Amino acid sequence: MSKEKKMKLSLPTEELVGSGNLACQGCGATLAMRYFLKALGPKTVLCIPACCWSVIDGPYPYSCLGVPVHHSAFETAASTATGVKAGLQMTGDNETTVVAWGGDGGTFDIGLQALSGAAERNDDIIYVCYDNEAYMNTGIQRSSATPLGAWTTTTPVKFFKDQPKKDIDAIMAAHRIPYQATASISYPEDVYKKAKKAKDVKGTRFLHIYAPCPTGWKSRPEDTIKLGRMVVQNCIFPLFEVEHGEKYTLTMKPANKKPIDDYLKLQGRFRHLKPETIKVMQEAVDHEWTRLLKLCENR
Amino acid sequence: MKKVIMGNHALSYGAMLARSQVIAAYPITPQTQVVELLSEMCADGTLDAKFIKVESEHSAMAACIGASAAGARAFTATSAQGLALMHEMLHWAAGERVPVVMGNVNRAMAPGWTIWADQNDSLSQRDTGWMQYYCASNQEVVDTVLQAFKVSEALSIPSMVILDAFALSHTYEVVDIPEAAKVDAYLPPFRPLYKLTPSDPRAFGGLTSPEHYMELRYKLQKDMEKAPALIEATGREFEKIFGRYLGLVDPYLCEDAEIILVTSGTAGYTARVAVDAMRAAGTKVGNLRIKVFRPFPFEAVRKYTAAAKKIAVVDRNISYGHHGIFSQELKSAVYGHADGKPVFGFIAGLGGRDITPASFKEVVDYAIAHEQPEAEIVWIGAKI
Ligand SMILES: Cc1ncc(C[n+]2csc(CCOP(=O)(O)OP(=O)(O)O)c2C)c(N)n1
Ligand SMILES: [Mg+2]
Repeated sequence: MSKEKKMKLSLPTEELVGSGNLACQGCGATLAMRYFLKALGPKTVLCIPACCWSVIDGPYPYSCLGVPVHHSAFETAASTATGVKAGLQMTGDNETTVVAWGGDGGTFDIGLQALSGAAERNDDIIYVCYDNEAYMNTGIQRSSATPLGAWTTTTPVKFFKDQPKKDIDAIMAAHRIPYQATASISYPEDVYKKAKKAKDVKGTRFLHIYAPCPTGWKSRPEDTIKLGRMVVQNCIFPLFEVEHGEKYTLTMKPANKKPIDDYLKLQGRFRHLKPETIKVMQEAVDHEWTRLLKLCENR
Repeated sequence: MKKVIMGNHALSYGAMLARSQVIAAYPITPQTQVVELLSEMCADGTLDAKFIKVESEHSAMAACIGASAAGARAFTATSAQGLALMHEMLHWAAGERVPVVMGNVNRAMAPGWTIWADQNDSLSQRDTGWMQYYCASNQEVVDTVLQAFKVSEALSIPSMVILDAFALSHTYEVVDIPEAAKVDAYLPPFRPLYKLTPSDPRAFGGLTSPEHYMELRYKLQKDMEKAPALIEATGREFEKIFGRYLGLVDPYLCEDAEIILVTSGTAGYTARVAVDAMRAAGTKVGNLRIKVFRPFPFEAVRKYTAAAKKIAVVDRNISYGHHGIFSQELKSAVYGHADGKPVFGFIAGLGGRDITPASFKEVVDYAIAHEQPEAEIVWIGAKI
């Protein structure tokens, strides 16, 4: 008699992101939502500011999401979520988790003031930034999350972005919020684990989820998962947690740190780069990585 | 219970008696006492509400919208620059049909920096889809907050309760504070038809194509059109319980008046002092104070100006390149109904310059002396 082997499922099968949504092929942001909601479950309210997700959800009167959604103004994800939480509590619902779900533009740029306000007050919300490193909804314009060297429609190849990506995680750590983490859609169990952990913490929680965008990055949809893995293994986007702004923990240490070249090659947005620029970029990645390792050791 | 309170505290009492559940506000002169008293009330348990001390007015309105969408009664207060900063969210609140109520202290817009009264801040928000009530006494402020919640929640349209900087916001008057139990009978708890709840997951405000958008706006206008009758009905209901009627307009000696002075806000009470004096001197003049600006009380305005020979509108505001804003509105209300009756447009009191009984005397003298206005705008009290 042969022993029956069953694959053990590492994520719940329940889906709160339905089919028929309006995402592009290979959309990382959609996977981010899918894994995140598996952890959060149906007792969740989402506040979604202007971003790709305000389209992905589907047009009025439809929604692809199995939880209530409040579409909110671009810079108000955090402040709206704070209001929703207060409103729910005052009407007797203390259980539902209220989530602000914004893109990098809505988080690093226009919504930063509201996010900082909520974090300083330690409002009881989870703020998720899915990071596709540009304003994709409006057609690929640079944001302060766009990495150095990248092409966007407002940083054309002749004048590619020559400032590094804003360090939003350090900004959030400076608010001493109880829990924050980075995650990548290519590590679903890790996204799930961190979302679960965030759910059980009170106060402002911040998740920064790396979400490749084939349309904006000029990459192949089938490379989305690969890119999300490479970016962790070459330490451009390390996976870590911070508790109370001080306790840094690396949640994934690459066995051997890869150079950034192969990752860049898969994306049209970096095609114009000369070796000297790539060298500068590699040095910056190494520098930031060493800095992070120190923070994790000094905790 | 009678109390001597300032106009700003009248707003706080109104919000408290309405049992506001979420308050999100940011300080700005001359509104600050509204939120100071409310934070005390929340702290000492007089009011069971969450007070969110946001980092801007934009966030204040966003938080009120979120709270209201979650089914809570939400209140805020602001003025001038703060109201302008909220502009995007004012459209949002009305478009989402959340019945937020906001106090706004009328303050002129900078630059130059100013904290004194005029109406350009709130009138610039005319087309956002909010109802607007212009108050003339502290009693009216308290009462109107309660009525505003009632009307807003019935129609799912937000309301602004407006008072002049200093002339009302910092003026102490005797106010009969409505009894809590009676207020509860007048204004039952907020029970929205739809709200953000996991037991009935819905998307609010999603991408709306040309196939649907227009009907949503049509419905907003249709509900706005129901507001005048509802304001009068809830005003009468209020009168039955509290003995004070809250209407769309407040006429004074209009029946036999040859000249009607049209005013809004505290200038209305100043106008009455002037009217009394001019009547004593034999001039047949009356005052129509416009309380509700949105929805515009077309019928009431036509009714009270019908018998007069001339209409003189005094505006504490201006639409640059056009007229005073109430004067525009008056003209549009009487167009086709007034048989060529002239509407004189006066502008006075910008940036807190005093509007005195003498100002109204000047207005009426001008209207008597001219068959028709000589200019689109006649300036009163300007050093020109
Ligand atoms: C106040 C305001 N300014 C500009 C816009 C236009 N806008 C909508 S989405 C968007 C970019 C969103 O970028 P991001 O937050 O990174 O999300 P993504 O589209 O990449 O998912 C912009 C600029 C807006 N809706 N509101
Ligand atoms: Mg983006």
